Amino acid sequence: MARAAMAHTQATFPRQAGWRGLIADWSSDQRAFKGVSWGKAMMWVFLLSDTFVFGCFLLSYMTARMSTVEPWPNPSEVFALTIGGTEIPLILIAIMTFVLITSSGTMAMAVNFAYRRDRRRTAILMLATALLGATFVGMQAFEWTKLIQEGVRPWGNPWGAPQFGATFFMITGFHGTHVTIGVIFLLIIARKVWRGDFDRGAKGFFTSRSGRYEIVEITGLYWHFVDLVWVFIFAFFYLW
Amino acid sequence: MARASVANGMANEVAAGVSDGHVEGQQHPIRLYLVVWGWLFILSACSYAVDYFQVQGYLRWFLILLFMVLKAGLIVAVFMHMAWERLALVYAILLPGIMVLVFVALMVLESDYTLATRVTYLGTGS
Repeated sequence: MARAAMAHTQATFPRQAGWRGLIADWSSDQRAFKGVSWGKAMMWVFLLSDTFVFGCFLLSYMTARMSTVEPWPNPSEVFALTIGGTEIPLILIAIMTFVLITSSGTMAMAVNFAYRRDRRRTAILMLATALLGATFVGMQAFEWTKLIQEGVRPWGNPWGAPQFGATFFMITGFHGTHVTIGVIFLLIIARKVWRGDFDRGAKGFFTSRSGRYEIVEITGLYWHFVDLVWVFIFAFFYLW
Repeated sequence: MARASVANGMANEVAAGVSDGHVEGQQHPIRLYLVVWGWLFILSACSYAVDYFQVQGYLRWFLILLFMVLKAGLIVAVFMHMAWERLALVYAILLPGIMVLVFVALMVLESDYTLATRVTYLGTGS
């Protein structure tokens, strides 16, 4: 009944585009985000707040690096690995970047197949995404171990400005935590997709509402955001 | 191009029965994702090349920022489907994020000042 009324309203008043549409949406005395479910809108709002968190981390890193009188350790050398006798600069971080980009691709495909209601492919692609995410976290654990063994601490390191350790552990640690949470999130949703919860309208454990395939896209939003943050960390922390 | 794919996406949604009064959900051709995926690989390789070939100075910073912005733009626009959302959501999410740049400008001034005082009064650095 309500749905029919909604469809009717839409048919009568087509939505405007551009700036007029923006004003019309916000002043409509209804939901401001047309065509976006509350779940998706809330995920976007959460991601915006997370943007501020990571923004503050990167900003404090910038402030520390710009105001220190000691030279900043060269990340190109710090994160180099010796493979087969030759030292390759920053190679571990490059591999991690490619792993994360690959996982973003598999996630995008999973979202696509979810809306086609292709349960098997969606679940497999989500599991692949989770596996790549876990690989990323594993490589990060290796990186941390290596740096800690070389004497990097939050209060100092052998190569220069002591703030290097603090910013490194804080930024990559927080990002790694996000990836880990994303992997857990992915596994839970993949299991639901695999079981066909969204086809049968099974009740969820948390809200006791029946879910929809849209949750795959919402999970995807989170996952792409984690990749997005890495793009900025890679540029500012590792390459700068 | 973008419009055609939007129309195409909507048609797919209706066909898939996703529509429930207001159209929700995103459906685009797989090819689009593969192309963007490919570009993300190329851009990542480019930004790694900046470090590998030890490009220095302003060119290095320019290239790092260029590849970063392109990658971020592709992820947000296509993978996160921002290109197909209405402006009400796009501006609500992107504008506050861009406002962080004001904070960046403030902290650049602040850290320059901190460095100047450290060099002047602590007699450290060069």
